[in-house]
Amino acid sequence: MTDWLEKHVPKLVLAPSLIAIFVFVYGFIGWTAYVSFTKSRLLPKYDLVGPIQYEKLANSPRWEVALTNLAIFGILFILFAMVIGLILAILLDQKIRTEGPLRTIYLYPMALSFIVTGTAWKWILNPGLGIESVFRDMGFENFTFDWLVNPDLAIYTVVIAGVWQSSGFVMALFLAGLRSVDGEIIRAAMVDGISTPRIYMSIIIPSMAPIFLSSFIVLSHLAIKSFDLVIALTGGGPGYATDLPATFMYAMAFSRGDIGQAASSATVMMMIVTAIIVPYLYSELRPRHD
Amino acid sequence: MMKKMLMVTSALALGLATTAAKADPEAEVLHWWTSGGEAAAVKVLMEEFNANGGTWTDMPVAGGGGDAAMTALRARVLSGNAPTAVQLKGPSIQEWYEEGALGNIQDVAEAENWDELLPEAIQYHLKCDGEYCAAPVNIHRIDWIWSNSDILDEAGIEPPKNWDEFNAAAEKLQGMGILPLAHGGQAWQDATLFEAVAVGLGGPDFYRKALVDLDQDALKSDTMKQVFDQMRTLRGYVDDNFSGRDWNLATAMVINGEAAFQIMGDWAKGEFIAAGKEPGKDFYCSSPSGGAYLYNVDSFAFFNVDGEDRQAGQKLLAKLTMGENFQKVFNLNKGSIPARLDVSMDEFEFCGRQSNADLNEAIDNGFLLPSYAHGMALRGAQAGAITDVVTAHFNSDMSAEQAVEQLANAVAASQ
Repeated sequence: MTDWLEKHVPKLVLAPSLIAIFVFVYGFIGWTAYVSFTKSRLLPKYDLVGPIQYEKLANSPRWEVALTNLAIFGILFILFAMVIGLILAILLDQKIRTEGPLRTIYLYPMALSFIVTGTAWKWILNPGLGIESVFRDMGFENFTFDWLVNPDLAIYTVVIAGVWQSSGFVMALFLAGLRSVDGEIIRAAMVDGISTPRIYMSIIIPSMAPIFLSSFIVLSHLAIKSFDLVIALTGGGPGYATDLPATFMYAMAFSRGDIGQAASSATVMMMIVTAIIVPYLYSELRPRHD
Repeated sequence: MMKKMLMVTSALALGLATTAAKADPEAEVLHWWTSGGEAAAVKVLMEEFNANGGTWTDMPVAGGGGDAAMTALRARVLSGNAPTAVQLKGPSIQEWYEEGALGNIQDVAEAENWDELLPEAIQYHLKCDGEYCAAPVNIHRIDWIWSNSDILDEAGIEPPKNWDEFNAAAEKLQGMGILPLAHGGQAWQDATLFEAVAVGLGGPDFYRKALVDLDQDALKSDTMKQVFDQMRTLRGYVDDNFSGRDWNLATAMVINGEAAFQIMGDWAKGEFIAAGKEPGKDFYCSSPSGGAYLYNVDSFAFFNVDGEDRQAGQKLLAKLTMGENFQKVFNLNKGSIPARLDVSMDEFEFCGRQSNADLNEAIDNGFLLPSYAHGMALRGAQAGAITDVVTAHFNSDMSAEQAVEQLANAVAASQ
């Protein structure tokens, strides 16, 4: 009896969550993919009609804007969050006395929800309330900083807010990475008279490759599913200039009653995520031969 | 699993319902009238319903201008447990009918003589295959220009009645250093401007062809280019900071004298009145549409439900919704006007009476038109396709030619 229990209890305990994941994650991914090949509008329909929803998506100027925005936002957000995070981590790593409080201050934005970040930056960047109006009140009459209401530049305000929110978190990851580098190697390098920048460039940073990869994966999925930040900061506007695939999908599913378009855009989003995650999983999970 | 649970609970609920006394009217009402004036307005109906022996279960779902309520509705219908009555309007009533979800209240409508009481254009929205499946609660007018009377009187400007007058007034005000137009840069507000311009510049026939029938020739016409040009002109009359502003903040700008005009549906009137302003005196209402009237009619659609008590509830609700008392009290609270034409307008304020007079005139002339921007003329996907182009044009330097071309393509793709 105890043998039987020992053997089966773990499976029984795990089974409900496994079933739940299969149904509610993979099952609904499959459902969404199926619906994207139907003519569903208000309610889902189940007659397959081929890839018309994808053709419609490809011809939609709004979807094109959303994809372009995702590229701009994704690349800049990941790049700046990582560079700023790394610089902050290196500066904090100089054994300064106030490291504790500083670390908390930089990490703190991560504790906020994107809605709060978005709303705060909306006010900061608003030309009539925020930076522009402060500078004008100080006497710089021609100072202009109207990115938030400029359709060509508004997407960059989303980058600013996103980087502000996430770079502290990246800093924490990198700081942990920096601390995990063997102190003996660094001391040996110092004895050999190698300069500090060189130690970072040639020894410490290369040994942190896994941290770079992890933070890239975390940031890229944050970028792709990014939704609340845009809703709070710009509401997708001006016009639909700051639409991202996630806000496009929401608009189609919940405001327009166009489930087919929503499902096809969701499927495209998932393919983008897959394109990033699968190589990562592959490299992580393959058996190591060394 | 989920579905089974639902079936079990609904079976239980049914069992309970049948053991209760027969045919006590019951109604579960899904709506998103949750803000102050609206909630007070719908409470009137709830009290009447309960006073007539019914049991009203309120199901208010706030958020997203009805998006959240529609999501809740979809889940309820898919699980086979639709609410008794739902706040729906325009073509979405027909869409739900085509999904096979709507019931029928034709016998109430016949007994109460709705065909006589309602404008024909509005009956059309409430009927599914010729029989009533929804009851109207109000008529909102969309194409209003609200103006600050102090500013206008000081500048010696009459409330504009067409777009030429509007442009002349705006130029004059700009010359005086006054912001002409308070506007909020949200897609639906851009669309609200657009349809007012379209009906004013192109006239009722053009409006009907372009934005109701989606006629490609009308969409590509020179008139449509003029409409987009006027939109570009209007863009020059708003302040730099309009992007993303909520409509009520734009209304506040007119109330406080920071701007002269706002173009918005008659719910804006509620903001003026709440600020202690008197219609026709402290602020003016005029229409740029030359006799046309863009309406938005809210209604209750009645879904297929089981059980005699719930069906009795639908009948009672339909009757009370069209009742004279409710139509009057509800609309006094909400700023709109009654959908039935025989309600006395004596208790309504100046702009409400004006709206009613214009409505009757528009009915006589056949100029009563459904608002596209507020989901009365087109289905969600089609209206959305047009709004995308309108808001993209208004918020960029796109030319009118490009906008017209994109508009025609977007409409063709959405059909």
